[in-house]
Amino acid sequence: MEGLLEVRWHGRGGQGAKTAALLLAESASDAGKFIQAFPEYGPERMGAPVQAFTRISDEPITMHCHVTNPKIVVVLEPNLIGGPVDVTAGVPEDGVYVINTDATPQEMRAKLGIKTGKVFTVDAIKIAMETIGRPIPNTPMLGALIKVTGILEIESLLEDTKKRLSKKFAGRPEIVEGNLNAIRKAYQEVKGE
Amino acid sequence: MVQEKVAITGNEAVALAMKQINPDVVAAYPITPQTEIVQIFSTYVSNGLVDTEFVTVESEHSAMSASVGAASAGARAMTATSANGLALMWEVVYIAASNRLPIVMPVVNRALSGPINIHCDHSDAMGARDSGWIQLWSENTQEAYDNMIQAVRIAEHPEVQLPVMVCLDGFIISHAMENAQVLPDEVVKEFVGEYVPQKTILDKDNPVTAGPVAFTDSYFEFKRAQSEAMIQAKPYILDVAKEYAKLTGREYGLFEAYKLEDAEIGIVVLGSTAGTAKNVVDKLRAQGVKAGLLKLRVFRPFPAEELSAALGHLKALAVMDRADSFNAFSGPVYAEVAAAMYDSGAQTKLINYIYGLGGRDVGLEDVETVYNHLARIAESGKVDQRLNYVGVRE
Repeated sequence: MEGLLEVRWHGRGGQGAKTAALLLAESASDAGKFIQAFPEYGPERMGAPVQAFTRISDEPITMHCHVTNPKIVVVLEPNLIGGPVDVTAGVPEDGVYVINTDATPQEMRAKLGIKTGKVFTVDAIKIAMETIGRPIPNTPMLGALIKVTGILEIESLLEDTKKRLSKKFAGRPEIVEGNLNAIRKAYQEVKGE
Repeated sequence: MVQEKVAITGNEAVALAMKQINPDVVAAYPITPQTEIVQIFSTYVSNGLVDTEFVTVESEHSAMSASVGAASAGARAMTATSANGLALMWEVVYIAASNRLPIVMPVVNRALSGPINIHCDHSDAMGARDSGWIQLWSENTQEAYDNMIQAVRIAEHPEVQLPVMVCLDGFIISHAMENAQVLPDEVVKEFVGEYVPQKTILDKDNPVTAGPVAFTDSYFEFKRAQSEAMIQAKPYILDVAKEYAKLTGREYGLFEAYKLEDAEIGIVVLGSTAGTAKNVVDKLRAQGVKAGLLKLRVFRPFPAEELSAALGHLKALAVMDRADSFNAFSGPVYAEVAAAMYDSGAQTKLINYIYGLGGRDVGLEDVETVYNHLARIAESGKVDQRLNYVGVRE
C-alpha cells in the first residue's frame, strides 16, 4: 500500500506504549486519516518488554497482519537497546528512530549500530517528571514523534489527548494538563543529529 | 443518516452496540477468559446508561444458563464469551438453540487449550458450529458493530427464533483500534425495536412448557423443526441486511465476493484475514493474475448453493481454515465448501489451508504462498496435496 505509514513502539509494561499507539491513531483518525493501532499481547507484566503498533494511511487499511517493516520506531525505554529486543529489526534504510534518553542522537546511533536512517532523542523521563510528576514517557514521546515526522499538527494531538485523558482521569485535571505540557515540551526539546 | 466517525477497538464497538441495543438482561462471568466487552458494558450499567439487569454469575456455564432463563421469561438476553469460556458453556449453548431462544452472543475468537493460549483462532466457534446457533463473522471493528445490531433483528425474527453468535477475531480485532462509523443511539433503538416475545413462561394465561423431556416419541420432531428454522433463516438474514443498508449505506450479504467475478483462482476465508488477503488480491491483480476472494459472513446457516454459484467458475480454490478438525482430512470450512462444490457439479480444483492457529501471524507473504499454489494447480489442472498448512514450522 502506498502512503501507508507504520510505527512500532517499544517499551516496558507500564510505560504506556499501547496508550501512545492508540492515542496517535485516534488523533490521526480525527484528522481524517485511516488508522489502525494494536498492542502485541503476551503475558503482560510491569517491566517486561512490550511492543505496540500504529498504522496511518490516506486510504482504508484492510490488512490485519503484524507490522514487520516499520518506517518509524519509537523507543520508550533506552535500556532495551542492545538487550533482548532488536529495535532495528525489519526497519528500512530510511527508518526514523525516536528514543527516550538523555544521550545524544550520535551516541544512540552508535548503540543501535546503524549507518543509515535518522535518529532523534528526547529526555522524556525528565520532561514527564517536570510536567506530570511521574516517570511515564509515553505522552512526551508522542510530542517528539509528531515534531520529527510531521504526521500530525500539534494542536490536533493536544486536543485529542485532552479528550481521551479527560475520560480516563475524570476529576483529575492536573494529570491531563501535565500530559499536555509534556507533549508541548518534548515537541520543543527533541534533538536530531 | 449522519453517522459518527470514530476510532474504536473491536471490544469497544461491540460494547457500544450492546449499549445502544440496551438488552433487558446481560449475564456474564467476569474473569478470564471473559472479554473487555463485558467489562466496558458493566461501566454502562454502573453509570446508568442502560436499563439492563446485569447478572454476574459464577461460570460461563451459568452465564448461558441465566441467559436461557431470562430469554425464556421473555427478556432480550445477551452474554459474551471467548475460547474456553464458550467450551464451558457447551451444554447450555445447545439448549438455547433447541429452546429457540433469540439470545445474541459476541464470541471473541480465541484458541482452545491446550497448550494454554489466549490468541486468535477459530477453534472455539467452529467447535460450536453444530450447536444450532446462527453464526455471523466479522472482518473488522465496523463489521463487528454492524453484525451485533443486525443479529438482534435476525434472532428475534418471528420466522427465525434462533440464537446468534457474532464472531470477531481475538486481539486482531477485539483489541485493535480501527476507523468505524456508528449510528446515533436512537436510530439503533428504533432499528432493533421493542422485543415482543412470542411465548414466555411468565404468561399465565398462555402457559407453555420450557425445557421438557422429549424421548423417542418426540425428540426427533423437535430437532427436525429446529433444522427447518435454520434452513428457512437465510432470506430473513438478507432482509435485515437490506434494511440495515438503507440506514447505513453498508451492504451485507451471506458473503462478500471480492474481485471474484472474472477470477481464475480464489480463496474462501473468514474474519480478519480476509482484509489482509484483499491486499494480496490487489497486488496480484496489478501483476495481471486473475485472483479473487470470498469472505464468508454467514457460516450458519451454510450458504451452499450461493457459494458454489459464486465459486464454480474458478479453476482452483483454496479454503482457509483457522481451526483444525484433526480428522486427517481437512479443516471444518473446507469440508463444507467442498461438499457444496461437489453437489453443484463444479469442476474447480480444491485445496485446504490451515493457518494462524493460536494467533500465529498471517502475513501478506503467507496469503501469497496460497495464491502461488493455486496458480500452479490452475496451470497443471492437478491437485498435488489437498491438506496444507501455512505459517508453521515443520
